[in-house]
Amino acid sequence: MGVLQTRVLELAEQQSAPDWLSGLREQGAERFAATPWPTRRTEHWKYTPLAGLAKKVLTPSETSSVDFQSVASVQSPAYRLVFVNGVFAESLSDSLPAEITLLASANAEQSALIQQHLGRLADSREHLFAALSESTLEQGALIYVQAGQQLDKPIYLLNYSTGDAAQLSSTRHLVVLGEGAEAEIIEQFNTDSDQQNNLVASYTEIVMAANAKCKHYRLNLEGEGITHVGGVFVELGRDAQFNGFAFAKGAELIRNDYVLTHRGSGAHVDLNGVYLPRGKQVVDYHTNIQHCVPHCTSSEVFRGIIGDRAKAVFNGRIHIHQDAQKTLAELSNKNLLTSNKAEVDTKPELEIYADDVRCAHGATVAQLDDESLYYLQTRGIDKDQAQIMISFGFINELIQGIENSAVVDFLLPIIAQQFGRSESLLQMEA
Amino acid sequence: MLTIDKLCARVEEKEILKGLNLTVKPGEVHAIMGPNGAGKSTLGSVLAGREAFEVTGGSVTFNQQNLLELDVEARAHLGLFLAFQYPVEIPGVSNMEFLKASVDAVRKAQDKSELSSVEFMKMAREASKQVKLDQAFLKRGVNEGFSGGEKKRNEILQMMLLEPSLCILDETDSGLDIDALQTVADGVNAMRDTERSFIVVTHYQRLLDYIVPDYVHVLADGKIVKSGDKSLAKELEAKGYGWLEGEVA
Repeated sequence: MGVLQTRVLELAEQQSAPDWLSGLREQGAERFAATPWPTRRTEHWKYTPLAGLAKKVLTPSETSSVDFQSVASVQSPAYRLVFVNGVFAESLSDSLPAEITLLASANAEQSALIQQHLGRLADSREHLFAALSESTLEQGALIYVQAGQQLDKPIYLLNYSTGDAAQLSSTRHLVVLGEGAEAEIIEQFNTDSDQQNNLVASYTEIVMAANAKCKHYRLNLEGEGITHVGGVFVELGRDAQFNGFAFAKGAELIRNDYVLTHRGSGAHVDLNGVYLPRGKQVVDYHTNIQHCVPHCTSSEVFRGIIGDRAKAVFNGRIHIHQDAQKTLAELSNKNLLTSNKAEVDTKPELEIYADDVRCAHGATVAQLDDESLYYLQTRGIDKDQAQIMISFGFINELIQGIENSAVVDFLLPIIAQQFGRSESLLQMEA
Repeated sequence: MLTIDKLCARVEEKEILKGLNLTVKPGEVHAIMGPNGAGKSTLGSVLAGREAFEVTGGSVTFNQQNLLELDVEARAHLGLFLAFQYPVEIPGVSNMEFLKASVDAVRKAQDKSELSSVEFMKMAREASKQVKLDQAFLKRGVNEGFSGGEKKRNEILQMMLLEPSLCILDETDSGLDIDALQTVADGVNAMRDTERSFIVVTHYQRLLDYIVPDYVHVLADGKIVKSGDKSLAKELEAKGYGWLEGEVA
C-alpha cells in the first residue's frame, strides 16, 4: 500500500462514527486496501495523473473558525448545510427540516434506510475512491423526501476547504425520493485559497422512486491546490426525471464520476456540464448512463475550454442493455483548446445490445472558429477580446439552459472571471 | 477618402483581382455590379482585411493611411465597415453584448467618449426600430437563428451604431424580399451625408432603385471594365452582362 492508502486507513481508525456504520466502514476499508492503485493501464484512469495523489500526506481534518461569509454562493433561499474540511459546521448551517438528517444522528428508521441504500449505487468494489469514502464514512446528510412531498427550498450542500495542512475532507450524502417526490440539490465546493491542498472526497447517491423529480447541481469551484475525487450516482424508477448540471473550474485534479441507471421505463436524464481548466489544472468527468429498461431517454451535453497547459478528460459511456428497446440517448462533448499545449482526451463509449434504439453521439476538439473571429474583428473588436467573447459564448449556451436562474446569475461572473472578461457586459445582459 | 490603385489579389493560387482601380470621394455612393465570379466579394474582403486573401500588387489608401498594412480591427477603427453577404452566427454571445463591445472598441480608438450602458441601450433600441428588427433580437445570440433578412437588418443596425465613414455593402440585397430591401435601403439612405461614402456591391439592378448611386462600375474578370452614372445600371439590366463582355473584347 502507498502513502495515501495507509494514511487514509489510519485516519479512518481515529474517527468516532456510530456503531451501526462500522459494517460499512470496515467493508470500505477492506476494499480500499485491497484495490491496486490505478496506473496508466487501468481502464478508467488511463489519462488521469494520480501519481501526486498516491504520495499525498494527509492530516486529520480540523474545524477552525472560518470567515465563511466571504464565500460566494447562489443567491437563493435554501436549506444550507456547511461542511468545513469535511466536518459539519452547525453554526454556519441552517436549522434542518425533518427531511434532512446528518448521517451520524440518524434514528432507527433513518439508519435502516441508510444501510439499505448507502454504497448500493456507488459500488466500492468498482470505484476506488468510493471505497475511500466508505472507509471514512461519518460526515454527510441523509435527505429523505416521502412520496408525493417536496421541499419548499433547494438543499444547499456547501463544502469548504481551509487551512494550511492537507486534510482529508470526506463527505457522503444519500438522497432518497419517494414516489412522486421532488427535490433540488446544489452541491458546491470552495477553498480559502489556491494554496489550500485538501483531498476532497465527496460522493452522493440519489435513489428515485417512480415519478420522482430531482434537479441537481455540482459546482466545483475549488482553488488550484485541491484534489477532488467524487461522484454522483443516481437510480431512476419509472417515469422519474433527473436534471443534472456539473461545473468545474479546474484544480490540481478534479475527478467526478456520474453513474445514472434507468431502472423503470419512461425515465429521463438530462445531464449537462462545463469545465474550464487553465494553468496546469486537470478536470476529469467520467459519465456512465445505463439504460436497463425500455422507453427511457437520456440527453447529455458537456463542453470544455482548456487553456494554457491544462488537461481535460471526458469519458461518456452509454450502455443500452438488451431489454432497453425504444431507448433515445444523445451524447455530445465539445472541446475548445485555446493553447497549443492544452490537452483533452475525450471518448464516447457506446455499448448497445438492443436493436430498436436511437443513439446519437459526438465528440469534437477544435480551436476557435476563424470566421467568427474575423467577423468580430471587422467590427473593431481586437483579436484577444474576440477570442474571449467566442469562448464565453460557447459555454454560455449551456449556462443559459440551466433552469434555476439564481444558479445562472451565480455562475456567470465566475466564468467571466475565468476568462478575464469585464463584468459590465454581464450586467447589461441581465 | 478611398483610392484603390491597380489592386491585385488572390485566394490560394487563384488570381481574382487583376489591377482594379477605384476612387471614392467623401459623400459619394458607388455601385459595383458584375457577373458571378468577377471578384465583387473579393474586393470587400480585401478591403476589410480578411487573411485568406493575399494582396499581390497595387495599393489602397483610406483616410490618408495605407489600408493594406492595417489589422482587421484597425481598419474598422479608421471608419471602414463591411456589411457581410453572409453574416456569421455566434451562438452564446448576445447581440447586445457584441454591439456594445464593437461600439466601445471603435469609439475608444476614435478618441470618443465611452457610452454608458443606458445611453447605448437607447441608441441600440432606436436603431433596431429603424431597421424593423424586433428588440428581442438584441438579446439573442449574434445572428443565431436569424432569417436571411434579419441578418441583413442586423448588419445595417451595426452600421448605424458604428457610424463609419466608408460603408461597403457586399450583396446585401441578395435573397431579400421587397420589404426587407426597402428597410435596408432606408437605413442606408438615412445615413447618407456629405462626408460618408458607400460602396454598394450588387448583382442586381433592383437595389439601385432604392439606393440611388452617384456612379456605377462594372467589375468583370478582376477589373473595372466600365464606369458611368446610374443609367449604366439600367442599361446593364436591359442588355445583360454579355453585352459588356463583347465591348471589352
